[in-house]
Amino acid sequence: MPSYTLAVNGTSHTVNVPAEMPLLWVLRDTLGLTGTKFGCGIAQCGACTVLLDGEATRSCVTPASAVGARKITTIEGLSKNGDHPVQRAWIAEDVPQCGYCQPGQVMAAAVLLAKNRRPSDAQIDQAMTNICRCGTYQRIRQAIHRAAREA
Amino acid sequence: MTHANLGRREFLKTGAVAGASLVIGFHFPARTTSHPPSPSPTVPFKPNAWLEIAPDGSVTIWTGRSEMGQGVRTAMPMIVAEELEADWRRVRVMQADADPAYGDQATVGSRSTRSGWEPLRKAGAAAREMLISAAALTWSVPREQCRARSGAVEHTGSGTLGYGALVARAATLPVPENPPLKSPADFRILGTRVPRVDTPDKVTGRAGYGLDVRVPGMVRAAVARSPVFGGKVKTFDPAPALAVPGVRKVVQIGSGVAVVAENTWAAFQGKQALRVEWDEGATAQWSNDGIATAFKTAAEKSGQSVRAVGDVDAGLQGAVSTVEAVYQAPYLAHACMEPMNCTAHVSGGRCEIWAPTQSPQGVQREAARVTGLPVSSITVHVTYLGGGFGRRGGPVDYAREAVELAQKVETPVQVVWTREDDIQNGLFRPATYNVLRAGLDAGGRPVAWNHRLVGPDGASFMITRGADELIYDIPHFRLERVVQDPGMPIAPWRGVGPSQNGWVVESFADELAHAAGKDPVAFRRELVAGKPRLVAVLDLAAEKAGWGSPVPAGRGRGIALWQFGETSVCEVAEVSVGADGGVRVHRVVCAADCGIVVNPDIVEAQLQSAIAYGLTATLYGEITIDRGRVVQSNFHDYRMLKLAEMPATQVYLVKSEVAPGGVGEAGLPPVAPAVCNAIFAATGKRIRKLPIGRMA
Repeated sequence: MPSYTLAVNGTSHTVNVPAEMPLLWVLRDTLGLTGTKFGCGIAQCGACTVLLDGEATRSCVTPASAVGARKITTIEGLSKNGDHPVQRAWIAEDVPQCGYCQPGQVMAAAVLLAKNRRPSDAQIDQAMTNICRCGTYQRIRQAIHRAAREA
Repeated sequence: MTHANLGRREFLKTGAVAGASLVIGFHFPARTTSHPPSPSPTVPFKPNAWLEIAPDGSVTIWTGRSEMGQGVRTAMPMIVAEELEADWRRVRVMQADADPAYGDQATVGSRSTRSGWEPLRKAGAAAREMLISAAALTWSVPREQCRARSGAVEHTGSGTLGYGALVARAATLPVPENPPLKSPADFRILGTRVPRVDTPDKVTGRAGYGLDVRVPGMVRAAVARSPVFGGKVKTFDPAPALAVPGVRKVVQIGSGVAVVAENTWAAFQGKQALRVEWDEGATAQWSNDGIATAFKTAAEKSGQSVRAVGDVDAGLQGAVSTVEAVYQAPYLAHACMEPMNCTAHVSGGRCEIWAPTQSPQGVQREAARVTGLPVSSITVHVTYLGGGFGRRGGPVDYAREAVELAQKVETPVQVVWTREDDIQNGLFRPATYNVLRAGLDAGGRPVAWNHRLVGPDGASFMITRGADELIYDIPHFRLERVVQDPGMPIAPWRGVGPSQNGWVVESFADELAHAAGKDPVAFRRELVAGKPRLVAVLDLAAEKAGWGSPVPAGRGRGIALWQFGETSVCEVAEVSVGADGGVRVHRVVCAADCGIVVNPDIVEAQLQSAIAYGLTATLYGEITIDRGRVVQSNFHDYRMLKLAEMPATQVYLVKSEVAPGGVGEAGLPPVAPAVCNAIFAATGKRIRKLPIGRMA
C-alpha cells in the first residue's frame, strides 16, 4: 500500500491508502475529518469541496496520489473558531436547513471571496455550482454579499 | 444557547450531574389514544420527553422529532421556553432517542409544530407555575403577586429569584394538570426570529449526520441490490470483491449482497467488483412507454369513486361548455443530499442503532422484527438528517439492512448507499395519469368536475389526497381512482399526493378560468368567496406580485392557490421561455397563512425550500424505467436546481392567532401550477406533462 504525506489544515499526516482512493475518503475514514461530505462521488454536487492550495476542489474525484504537496484545507481548518467571514455571514443569514451541503457551500464561497472581494450576482451564479436540495440558494447569495460587505 | 447531539453515555452523565434538578416529563398524545399530557415529577435518568432545570438555572429541552432542515430543534424548544418564561440564552437543546414517552415520533406530514403546540406549551407552563409557587412559598407572599420572567420569578418588595434557586422547592410541589397558557399577545420568544440552534455546528462541519457516526471497531458496508425492483439474488461470486484491498467479507442479506470493508471506499470498490446474477422477476417487463400505455388504457374505464358530490354526469351534460384535459406526472426520487445510511451494532442481547431517520420508532420496530429482540432492548439514536423529504419516513429499508448485517458480522457496521443506489434502488413519488372533465355554466362558473386518476396501488395520501377535496365549491364533483401498478416501489415524497395533484388541479383550474374568459385571480376569488384565509393569501400574493400590472417583456405571470392541512398558500410565478426553449423562473411571490408563526425566519425558509424543491421537479424531475430498471443514476442525469436558477422568492405571512399549521410541505403544491400557468400566459402553451424540460 503506497504511503502519502498530506498537509491537512496545517498538520502533516502520513497515510497508507490505495493510490486511487479519493481524498474525500482519506479525510473522512482515515483521518476522521467528517466535516467534508459525500454527496455524489462524481464531482456533481460539491458537498465534498475542500481547498487545495486555495483552489476549490471536489475531493470525491481527487485521488490521494494526485494531491502531492498541495496544502489541504477542510471545513475544520477554515478558521480556528468558526469565525471566518463566510461562516459569520452564514450564521447571520441563518443559511443552513438540513446543513449537509453547507460545509461545501462555505468552502466554495470562501474561495470565491478570496479571489473576488465584491462578487456580482452573475459571478456568484457562475462560482456557486454546489447543489443544495433544501434550496437555501437565496440565503447563500445574501450571505456571500454580506461576507463581502463585512470582511 | 447550546445544544448537543449526545449519545446515551453522555446523556446519563448529564443526568447524574443534574441530580438535584427539577425535571418535568411530558407526553405527546399518542396517535391511538387521547390521554391528556400529564406532567409528573420523575427521576432525571429515565429517558422521556423532558424539560430540565439545573440548580445553576440552565434549562435543557429535548426534542423528540428529527431535525432534517425544517428547524424543529429550534422551533419546538421555543414553544416550551415561551411558556416556561425561560431565558432563551440559557436553554440547551437535546435530541431524544426513540422512546414511547414521546408518543409517535415520526417526523412526517408537516406536523411537528402543529401537533406539539399544545403539549409543549403545557409542559412549559406547568413548570413555570411550579416555580412561581416555589418563590411565593420562599417569600411567604401570595403567589398571585409573583410573576415569572426570563428565567426568574419576581415580586415587588421581595425581589427576584432565579429558577436555579427554586428548583429544589419546586420539585416538591404538585404538577398542575391544566396550567394557564399565555395569551399570544404576551409572547416574547414565539413569533421572533430566534437564530437556529444548529447553524453554528452546520457551518463548521461539527454537526453529526448519519454518515459521520464513528463507533469503535466499526466496519463499512456497501450493498449490491437487484437492478430490477423485486429481483432476487440467484448466485454470486465473492472472489473479485474479496480481492479488493480492505474488503473483509461478502455477506448475503435480504436486499442483496453486502461487501464489508475497512473503509467506505473499499466497500464501494468491492461492490463494483462483485459479480451477482439476479432473478429479475416480473417488474422487468415494464418500461416507460409500456407504463404510459397501460395508464392510458386503464383510464378508458371508469374507476372507483373516491369522493362524489351531486351528480357529476348530469352536471357535465347540463353545462354550457366543457373542458377536457389529460395530465401526466412522472415518478420522482427524493435525492436527499445525504445518501441513505445507517449504523448498527447487535451484541449481547442488545441492538444499538445510529440513524438519520424520520421514524426512530419505525427503525426500532423493524430492528426488533429482524433481531427477534424486544423493542426495549433496541436503542435508536437520531443523528442530524441530510434531508428527509419522506424518504427517511415510512420506509426504513436502510436500517433493516444495517441491523441484518450487524447481526451477521457481529461488529458495529455502517451501511452506506452510493448516490447511484439512492437514485436506482429508492422508493419513488408515484407517477399518475389524470383525465379531467369540467363543465361551465353560462356565467363561466364551474358546475361539474370529474377527475379520473390512474396510478399505482398505494395509500390514498400519496395518490388521491389533494384531488379528493377541492378548495373550490363545485356543485357536482367526482374523483375516480383506477389502480394500475407497474410494481415500482413508492413512498411519500415532500407534499405527498398534493405534490402532483396540486399541479393537476391548479393547472386545470387555470384552464377553466381561461375557458370562461376570466382573470385567473378573479376566477379563483369567486370560487373561494366563503373562505377568508384563502381569499387573504390570494389577494396578498396577487398584490405583492403586481398582478394585473404589465409584466416585463417576454414574461408571463401564473398563479396557484392551495390549502395544505390548515395552511393556506398562494404563489405567483414570473416566467420566460427563451428562444432555445429553456424555461427561466425569474420570481416567485408566496403568501401564506399558517396560523401563529413560531419563528418567521424558519417559516420563510421552509416556504422558499418547498419552492426550490418543487421547481426542481417541475423543470427537471423524472425517473424513467427501462426493463424494470431506473434509467437515471446520479445528479448528471437526475438534475437538481442550482443557485443560478433559483428565482428571487418573496414570502409574505398573514398574521393570525389560530394554532400553527404545518409549513414543511405547504409551499410545494402551488409551485408547479404557478410556473405552468405562467408559461401559458407567456406563450399560450399549456404544460400537461411534467417535467417541463426544454420546450419545443
